[in-house]
Amino acid sequence: MGMTMAEKIIAAAAGVDKVRSGEIHTVEVDRLMSNDGTTHLTIDMYNTKLKHPHIADVDKLVWIVDHNVPADSPKTAATHKKMRDFAKEHGITFYEGKGVCHQIMMENHVRPGELIFGADSHTCAYGALGAFGTGVGCTDYLYAMVTGTSWVLVPETLRFYLTGRLPEGVYARDLILTIIGNIGANGANYKAMEFCGPGLATLTMSDRIAVCNLCVEAGAKTALMEADEVALAYLRERGREPKALYASDEDAVYAEEYHVDLSTITPVVAKPHFVDQVAGAKSCEGIPIHQAFLGSCNNGRLEDLRVGAALLKGRKVHPMVRFLVVPASQEVYQEALKEGLIQTFIQAGAIVMNANCSVCWGSCQGVLGQGEVLISTGTRNFKGRAGHPDSSVYLGSAATVTASAIKGYITTADTL
Amino acid sequence: MGKIFKFHTDVDTDQIIASQYLLYPTVDEMKSYAFESLDPSFAEQVRPGDFVVAGENFGCGSSREQAPAVLKALGIKAVIAQSFARIFYRNAINIGLPVIICRELHDAVETGDNMELSLTDGIVTVGERQFSCTKLPAYMQGILDQGGLIASLNKE
Repeated sequence: MGMTMAEKIIAAAAGVDKVRSGEIHTVEVDRLMSNDGTTHLTIDMYNTKLKHPHIADVDKLVWIVDHNVPADSPKTAATHKKMRDFAKEHGITFYEGKGVCHQIMMENHVRPGELIFGADSHTCAYGALGAFGTGVGCTDYLYAMVTGTSWVLVPETLRFYLTGRLPEGVYARDLILTIIGNIGANGANYKAMEFCGPGLATLTMSDRIAVCNLCVEAGAKTALMEADEVALAYLRERGREPKALYASDEDAVYAEEYHVDLSTITPVVAKPHFVDQVAGAKSCEGIPIHQAFLGSCNNGRLEDLRVGAALLKGRKVHPMVRFLVVPASQEVYQEALKEGLIQTFIQAGAIVMNANCSVCWGSCQGVLGQGEVLISTGTRNFKGRAGHPDSSVYLGSAATVTASAIKGYITTADTL
Repeated sequence: MGKIFKFHTDVDTDQIIASQYLLYPTVDEMKSYAFESLDPSFAEQVRPGDFVVAGENFGCGSSREQAPAVLKALGIKAVIAQSFARIFYRNAINIGLPVIICRELHDAVETGDNMELSLTDGIVTVGERQFSCTKLPAYMQGILDQGGLIASLNKE
């Protein structure tokens, strides 16, 4: 009986030949990402709770200030200072204001075959490069930081066999929302989601990141895609080599298998207040919006900004809508500047912000007031996620968000 | 004996503690905002030894450890749900907050009911009724018994 990708990566990290879902193993963690959402608590525990505080391998640590950057209050500033000072004192790789943590990790650190802990739930995005990324809290993070190891329960895998190609005007966001709508908000709880099949080759790296990134919204522990030529080309461009290349064995055992024909996917939105409340975007046509957001680790890449800018060219953002455009990283921002996308956004009346989590996090930029409605390419639409508890968030693709920003109500790009 | 605070299915970590409080310097400064969007009086009414009872998929969403941490800081003795989202589950065990799966309890009780929990037997008692809970895997029970992951690390 063969192994899945998830099992192979865990077996290698545990230093054993074979693992099976349901077993608990101690593993070596390859990389440890943490951001300003929780790192201050990790530091406090490091300083006050440990009998022998030390860092097993400082080269594994990457710390990223991306959630409330630049600081929005004296409390946030103190939290950032704590993180900055500790990183400097211990020689930890540190980014501040350079972009959303997962985008920074994909651009600079993640390698196929690695087992990565991130103190952020969307760490599952790293599966787009064939790495086992999983979200942890700060106690797990601290334990791995001190010992270089952790325990993992080997997950079962749900296999998504992709065929066909996404139709024109349909995006990776529509694909993953459709899948989450089908399996539900805990449809993959404790499990890995693996994407394979001939349809995978039609997805760009940006598409793949968007798909893997959102799998935690179905409860997944991780998401995985075999690192093929598309992934390896992305790595080579950035001067990195794989740690190891894994593919599931043909006789690997899956908890469930799904066949997804990409050509059948249509534009969808996730309605308030849950990511699995998925409906055809057309069914929400006409719902008035007050704000639109194009950005986040899910859809703030160059490809997404191109989609938005192409729709906005020669058009204007609706006068009653704030349209916030937030590149996922400064690398993306600079490329968008070179291509003239930023100018297009500004001329159309959008507000372009610095690279950070922004509206997706609902804490420091573009916070919603009572009764307001947002359409967003962010990761979540939980109650109050973007501000007031009595505000609403719809999630959709870059095209649906931009089209809605132009019209002032939810609509799809084909109506422009 | 503690009082039950009952919540629904798919309670996400943003409802347990909202984003705008996460960067506050300490968990003690955040705890008065627990469940703010669902029950603004929760933090004021809850007493040490009380329980949170919920439906399926409790604690889904973000990996913020502040979510189990504020409940523990308010003195919640255990969270009993039909099922848990995995990161919350793991975080709770790591900080020494018992998280217990009990299929029947959610539909049988209301906020304000009093209950008793025997952690060793995995038995919940509400008035005359008793409910048995799913036992934690031995590895995780071991972490909990030692007072959480950091306590177990300090013993190594």
